Amino acid sequence: MKSIAAISALALMLGSAVPVLAQSSHVPEGTKLAANQTFTYWMQDDLKTLDPDLNTSKDGNDVLHQLFEGLYDQDAEGNLVPALATSFDVSDDKMTYTFHLREGAKWSNGDPVTAQDFVYAWQRLADPKTASDYAWYMELMQVQNAHAVIAGEKPVTDLGVKALDDMTLQVQLETPIPYFRQMLVNSSTFPVPQKVVEKFGSDWTKPENMVSNGAYNLKSWKIGESIELVKSDSYWDAANTTLTDLKFVPITDLNQALTRYEAGELDFVQTPAGQYPRLKDEYPDQAFAPPRSCSYSYIFNVGDSGPEALKDVRVRKALSYAIDRDIIVDKILKGGQKPAYSWTHWATAGFTMPETDYSKMTQAERMAKAKELLKEAGYGPDHPLKLRLMYNTSSDHKKLAIAVQQFWKPLGVEVTLENYEWKVYLEKQQQHDFDISRYGWCADYNEPSTYLDVLTSWSDQDVGEWKDPAYDALLKDSKTAADPQADYTKAEQILAEQMPLAPVYHYSLPMLLNSHIKGYPFENVELNWYAKNMYRTAN
Amino acid sequence: MIVYILKRLAIAIPTLLTLIIASFVLMHVAPGGPFTAERAVPPEVLANLNAKYGLDQPLWRQIATYLWNVVAHFDFGPSFTYKDRSVNDIIAQGFPVTLTYGFLSFITAVLVGVSLGVTAAIKRNSWLDYLAVGISIGAQVLPNFVMAPILVLIFTLSLHWLPGGGWSFDDPRFWIMPVIALSTSYMASIARITRSSMLETLSSNHIRTARAKGLPKRKIILRHALKPALLPVISYLGPAFVSMITGSVIVDVYFTTGGIGKSFVDSALNRDYAVMMGITILLGTLTILFNLVVDIIYGWIDPKIRY
Repeated sequence: MKSIAAISALALMLGSAVPVLAQSSHVPEGTKLAANQTFTYWMQDDLKTLDPDLNTSKDGNDVLHQLFEGLYDQDAEGNLVPALATSFDVSDDKMTYTFHLREGAKWSNGDPVTAQDFVYAWQRLADPKTASDYAWYMELMQVQNAHAVIAGEKPVTDLGVKALDDMTLQVQLETPIPYFRQMLVNSSTFPVPQKVVEKFGSDWTKPENMVSNGAYNLKSWKIGESIELVKSDSYWDAANTTLTDLKFVPITDLNQALTRYEAGELDFVQTPAGQYPRLKDEYPDQAFAPPRSCSYSYIFNVGDSGPEALKDVRVRKALSYAIDRDIIVDKILKGGQKPAYSWTHWATAGFTMPETDYSKMTQAERMAKAKELLKEAGYGPDHPLKLRLMYNTSSDHKKLAIAVQQFWKPLGVEVTLENYEWKVYLEKQQQHDFDISRYGWCADYNEPSTYLDVLTSWSDQDVGEWKDPAYDALLKDSKTAADPQADYTKAEQILAEQMPLAPVYHYSLPMLLNSHIKGYPFENVELNWYAKNMYRTAN
Repeated sequence: MIVYILKRLAIAIPTLLTLIIASFVLMHVAPGGPFTAERAVPPEVLANLNAKYGLDQPLWRQIATYLWNVVAHFDFGPSFTYKDRSVNDIIAQGFPVTLTYGFLSFITAVLVGVSLGVTAAIKRNSWLDYLAVGISIGAQVLPNFVMAPILVLIFTLSLHWLPGGGWSFDDPRFWIMPVIALSTSYMASIARITRSSMLETLSSNHIRTARAKGLPKRKIILRHALKPALLPVISYLGPAFVSMITGSVIVDVYFTTGGIGKSFVDSALNRDYAVMMGITILLGTLTILFNLVVDIIYGWIDPKIRY
């Protein structure tokens, strides 16, 4: 007996001396893991909510991906991976999706995750009483009756989502959009715990009340300071979750965030504009610039309140051609961004860049063409074109606006720069009170329509008031086409011919990532990351 | 005295009311609203949002409802930006942080500032005077947004002594840099005011009498000169105290402390009417209160002042 006790004591001692971590399936064999599995993530801005039905931001989406789990996740390349939906059936008309849910998935209070939790969450998102800024996501997803429910014309129970039984969720669509399942990665579609939400009201996301179903639980949330998450033991795949503690720190100023990174207080940070090459030299194993699905453009106001000149397509084309995108990307931004000759981000899944005339010219050719077009339109050095260019206050936007002002000078275009504080800028944009405005867009899902739909006549985002029936027809057709990509390519061609906006560059995310953090999905253009698939290696 | 205090408090009510109404109206006049977003929301969603937060009501009614909730329930309403937090929550989270580093900054500024000022005045035109004046001018011209990065560069990146940001009530290492960054310029002002007022007092008649009586120098300064010399300092300290304990946006932003200074500025940028109003009222009340405290202290220090 005595010897057995001694042996087990020895085993215990050994056990504590050499930590034997159960190796997750995400960690390659032979990897030496760090003892502290922490990950501290930088955020540009504070989160405004931790309620999946109310969130509107990308940072919020990142945190919610750890706290909650929806029907699908993405892998490191951005492909769909089953999360709570282990399988699905779709009707022949592609309008009815039936999802079969994972058995054994639990909320952090021990309750099973059921189809009813999804039904409640989706109805809550669309409910006028919730007044969610993202209610329109249900419309975007083409869920049956979403529009009428949001407008309060139909009860929430009429929304095209129902639980056939605890483990079966059925969704009815109005249009058979081919990218429907891709949209389910967004946290707006995540389930919420009905009992908890009803019990605590808007206080349900406080750390002491919050119940979630993801790989992590909420530990603390201090506005302006940090959000902390800890690994959830009730998560169905907890055995394969390696990182144990996540911290999100909001720091608006990128230079200051960089200092904190250099002090070892952050594991991830975006690099300040123009500093990427220097940081890449200094930290070659930590600096990366993966593509990020957002586009930067200058949009022209072609509506009634816009200047007469911009109604002339030759003027719009001339202005777009004269922008030297290579200078902007290589000399100003310097962080892996790409010059844009299409509105859709180049790395969007399945997107084929259209053959447009101006993308193949040299800048000298484009400049010559621009002068020619503007002359045809009746403008030139002796009859200068005077325009206003609006952007929201930011040193980066200012640099680009000044550059563009210089690019347009040889054309005889006199540009006044106007910068406004964010909310004023947005209001002016939405009231069409501008000539030319900086305009950015980020993908809601990895598919070209997320960009192209913005410029249709039925979009709520008609900033420049440009409308084109042929363009509308293509986008309408794409919703039911067997191969929508052809429609998208043609739509981009129309944009190149009509130039309602001048695409400037496609985003990247120039960043520093601690070299011990592994598993970050660089290949995923939406940069949706899941801490449960990541790990920290030992020094 | 009691009557005086009650009178002052009675005047505070219309002052606060004016403050509330003026800020309320000004905020609503500013272009853009709390729900103006990069992605224009469909009109029906916007209507739902406005209805939820009562923005579909006429302005006078919004003000009236707001005042009623504040006075009757001490409820400042839900934040328009932080969807799952009320204004009370935000102030309850941020104010203790701000109060902590603000109060410590106040103590630091007063102790260092007064000592520097007094030393400079007593040793007038000596190297000590020049040093003290030099320090206070240096501290005055160095704004805290320059100071904060320098501090981080020295104490975090080079020496690895202090964390570069964040907040903990249990770990004083998090407090040091915010306190230095916030207190320095106040310290400089206090030092300058103390010095000039001390110089003036030292050349006054009653000090000459004290000297002529042969009192020890130490006693003259501590008993007879310091008290009257501090009068102008105290009138500066009232508002300074309020602005320190209500925080500094620079400190909050640079050191991610989570204090209300940042919430205040953010609320203006986000058009978060409720948080903006809540913090304005808090600030206004504290300002009124501490001005009163200063006036009471006046009476205690200066026998010439009677209420």
